[in-house]
Parts: sequence; structure tokens; C-alpha cells
Amino acid sequence: MPPGILTLAAEEAPTLSAANTGFMLICSALVMLMTPGLAFFYGGMVRVKSTLNMLMMSFVSLGIVTVLWVLYGFSIAFGTDTGSLVGWSSDYAGLSGIGRDELWGATTIPVFVFAAFQLMFAVITPALISGALADRVKFGAWALFIALWATVVYFPVAHWVWAEGGWLFEMGVIDFAGGTAVHINAGAAALAVILVIGKRVGFGKDPMRPHSLPLVMLGAALLWFGWFGFNAGSWLGNDDGVGAVMFVNTQVATAAAMLAWLGYEKVRHGACTTLGAASGAVAGLVAVTPAGGSCSPLGALAIGAVAGLLCAMAVGLKYRFGYDDSLDVVGVHLVGGVVGSVLVGFFATGGVQSEAKGLFYGGGAEQLVKQVVGVAAVLAYSLAVSAVLALVLHKTIGMRVDEDDEVSGIDQVEHAETAYDHSGAGGGTAPRKAAPATAATTPATQQKKVDA
Amino acid sequence: MKLITAIVKPHRLDEVKEALQAFGVQGLTVSEASGYGRQRGHTEVYRGAEYTVDLVPKIRIEVLVEDDDAEQLIDVIAKAARTGKIGDGKVWSVPVDTAVRVRTGERGPDAL
Repeated sequence: MPPGILTLAAEEAPTLSAANTGFMLICSALVMLMTPGLAFFYGGMVRVKSTLNMLMMSFVSLGIVTVLWVLYGFSIAFGTDTGSLVGWSSDYAGLSGIGRDELWGATTIPVFVFAAFQLMFAVITPALISGALADRVKFGAWALFIALWATVVYFPVAHWVWAEGGWLFEMGVIDFAGGTAVHINAGAAALAVILVIGKRVGFGKDPMRPHSLPLVMLGAALLWFGWFGFNAGSWLGNDDGVGAVMFVNTQVATAAAMLAWLGYEKVRHGACTTLGAASGAVAGLVAVTPAGGSCSPLGALAIGAVAGLLCAMAVGLKYRFGYDDSLDVVGVHLVGGVVGSVLVGFFATGGVQSEAKGLFYGGGAEQLVKQVVGVAAVLAYSLAVSAVLALVLHKTIGMRVDEDDEVSGIDQVEHAETAYDHSGAGGGTAPRKAAPATAATTPATQQKKVDA
Repeated sequence: MKLITAIVKPHRLDEVKEALQAFGVQGLTVSEASGYGRQRGHTEVYRGAEYTVDLVPKIRIEVLVEDDDAEQLIDVIAKAARTGKIGDGKVWSVPVDTAVRVRTGERGPDAL
């Protein structure tokens, strides 16, 4: 992500590019689609009784984070830097002082477009966390967590990584589209929260099979599709073809990761599974996100393959260590994000996002060290602050639903709905408030009596 | 009268139904069932987590017949349901004291 550093600005002041603006609006819409895509991806992986809750945990982020983004999020993330840690610009608060033709930095797109594009990143990042918390978290507590987490973790970290003046940005850490700010950030937060709230009832004993793999596939496909906007859009325009390279790298890494995951499964478990294909694809998407802007397609292929393999191995860790990362947010997003971010230090070819070259391209270990610092910083900050947030919520309003409710199904308790009607006779449901029905039937009954 | 119950693989239902019709059976009841025999279900793998699925889906077919037809009908069903692979199911019969056709009140063999 290079806000404001498109090189064409050197000679003359940039003017609004209709092509880039249109491209970026489409990319923003693609990234928006990732959040409901994620909801389906996660929703299919849980048991029938908590399908809706899983969908809602992601979907509600579209509501909460959007509102916060307008009020102060954009300003904290991309306002004028203060001490390398946060930004603030009163014009950005409430998006109140931005002209519709005002351009973002030295780019050729309006600030509004940049704000919309970045908003979608801010929306999906907390939604990613929800997969670790399946089946057991109060919806109200989750909503509050999203609001707090976005405020004190996501917005500042986005500033560190992507905003001019942010300390990781200035250090030269390469994170093209969100390996650290999105995936490591969310993965570390997921780990922190599950360590605070504990395991699902019956974890490791009861079967917790995905209830709908077709839904998982649908979600993975939507994620893959939306990810083109996520990655290809992160150059904030496509004047020089970088967006196109990023598009290709995204596809290549995802394909390689899917095959690597399937290969691992075939050797280890004897079958290539649907869930493995979907998971491998997501692992590849995660890993190429930070790296794809600075590597070649062959580099992307290697990064995807390594990520697919390592993430496939990592998802088993929860059974070994006994933490209940329900849908493997740590195994896929944290591990995938770390793999992609660190591999930038090996595969950066120089001259795209940054002149820095990786270890395999004669650049020495300098970039690798920067990448490791970036990974460690975001991981540690997110882990610590998320743990504190979760602990405070858990000790005050409580983050978990009652055990009985968790066993009988969180959908019904938290949302007063269930995802599927399994009763052939219509579930025996009757309107609880019979007032309109009574009003309608009473005159009819009276009429009947009169007739009689 | 006898009640013949057959537990068969779901995809053999059509063959069994056709065989019963060809035999002249007037009616039958079909329900979804699940269970296991000697094969003890199967294993499924989700991101490396293995689950043993003991109960596999089956179809239960129930037919009321006259005593004389029972043995032959059991053979008909078994033949139609057979794939030769493990998990083909079972067929058995039990004696029935009474049967009533609800619409007319007819009893015994007349009710079939």
C-alpha cells in the first residue's frame, strides 16, 4: 500500500484519472463483497445450530466499522501523523472537510475513493477474527469488541503500516495489501480472544463437522473473487501495470496454495477434501497479500505453495496445544500472514513497491529483518491489546453465552432465528403475538354466528 | 399376515419399489433411517480432524403381506437391493396380529 507515493507526481501535480477512479471504485466494491463471502465461508464450517450467528458476526462489521470509519477511523488511520503511532485530521473526522475532487496525496484518485477502499479493509479485518469464536460468544459483546478493537487496534496499526509517518511505513516494511495490518493483526487478535474466553463446550470430544461445505466453497469463491480488488487495487490505480501484475500474482499464489494443501492432505489423510481446497485457496490469498506487489509470478507461486503447506500443517496445532480456534483463523490468517510477510524478505525483486530486494535477489538480509520487525510488532501489539479488551469485556458484561444456550444453539438464543427449517410440517410455528390474527378472525366468527 | 421390513441402501430404493410393484404389492411405507452393520460406518476428514461416522444413511421399507407371499417377497426385495458390496442392508419379517384399513374398517387380509 503506497498512499501518496506514485512516482508520476514528481514533475507535475496529478490530475484526477477517470480510469483509475473507476477502477478503484470497482476494487472497493469487490473488497466489500469479501465480508459476506467470509460470512459464508465461516457459516458453512459451523454446525447447523450456529449458522446465523456466524454469518452475523461477519456481516455486522459492515455496519459497525463503517460508522466508526466515517466518524473517526479514517482520520486515525490516514490523518496527519502524530508521533508515528496515530494520525488525526479534523477534515477527515466525519469525512467533513473533503472535497469531492480532492485527490489523495500524489495519486490520481479522489480522497473519497481512497477512504471507501480502505474502509472495506477496515470492515473485513475484525470480521476475520470471528471465525475463531464460533458458537459461543454473545452477539452484543462481539459488537462491542469490534467497535473497541477497530478503534484501538486496527485504525492505529493501519496507520503504522500504510500511512506516511507511520513507523513501520517509514522503516520500509513492505505490506502491499495487508499481510500485517489485516491478517496477522486479525489472527493475533483471534488467538488472544480465544485464550481469554476458552473452548467450546465439547471441544475435542463432540463432533463439530462443517454443516455445509457447498456454503464454504461459495464463500471461498467470493473471497477469491473479491481479493482481486483487495490486492490489485492496493496500488491505487493501474497506470503503470502494477495492479495487473498484482492480479496475476494473486491468482498464481492462490492456485499454488490450493494444490499444496490438497497434496498435503492426500499424503497425510488419503483424500483431497473440499474444505482443504477452500482453505488452501484462502491461505494462498492471505500469503500473497503482503508479498504480491514486490515479487514475480514465480515468486508468488513459491510463496503460495509454502503458505498452502505450512497452513495445512498449522491447523492441527490447536489440537496439540489445546486452544479452540474454531475455524482456524490462527492457522490460516496468522500463519499465512506471517509466511507471506516474511517471504517478502526473500522474494522481493525490487523496483515495484519499493527498491528493496530480498535475499534471493541479491538484497541481503536487510529487508528480511525489516519484515520480521513488522510482523513481530503487529503480532505483539494486537495480541496484547486484544487480550486486554477481551478480558475487560469478559469480566464485565461477559463474552460467552450460557453453557445451556451454547449446547442448544446460539442462533435461537442470540438472534431469535434458526437457519433451516428441518420439520416437514413447518416446524409447528405459530405467530406469538396473535393480535392481528384475532382481529381478523373475531369478526369472521361473529359473522358466522349471525349467519347461523 | 406378515410385516416385512427392509433396510436398504438409499440408491436401491427405486429398484426395490419396481420389484415390489412387479410382484403385485399394493402399498408400502418408506422412511429414512440411519444405522450401521458390520462395516461400522466410515471416516471423514475435516482439515485433518478425523471423524468416525458410525451411523450411515439407509432407507427403511415396510410392507404388509399375506403369509404365503412373505418368503418369496423377502427374496424379491433382497435381490433388488443387492449390490454385492458391504452395507447392502437386511430384510426380515414379523407376524402381524391385526391390520385395519382406516377408510373402510376392513380387517385382516382384506385390509392389505
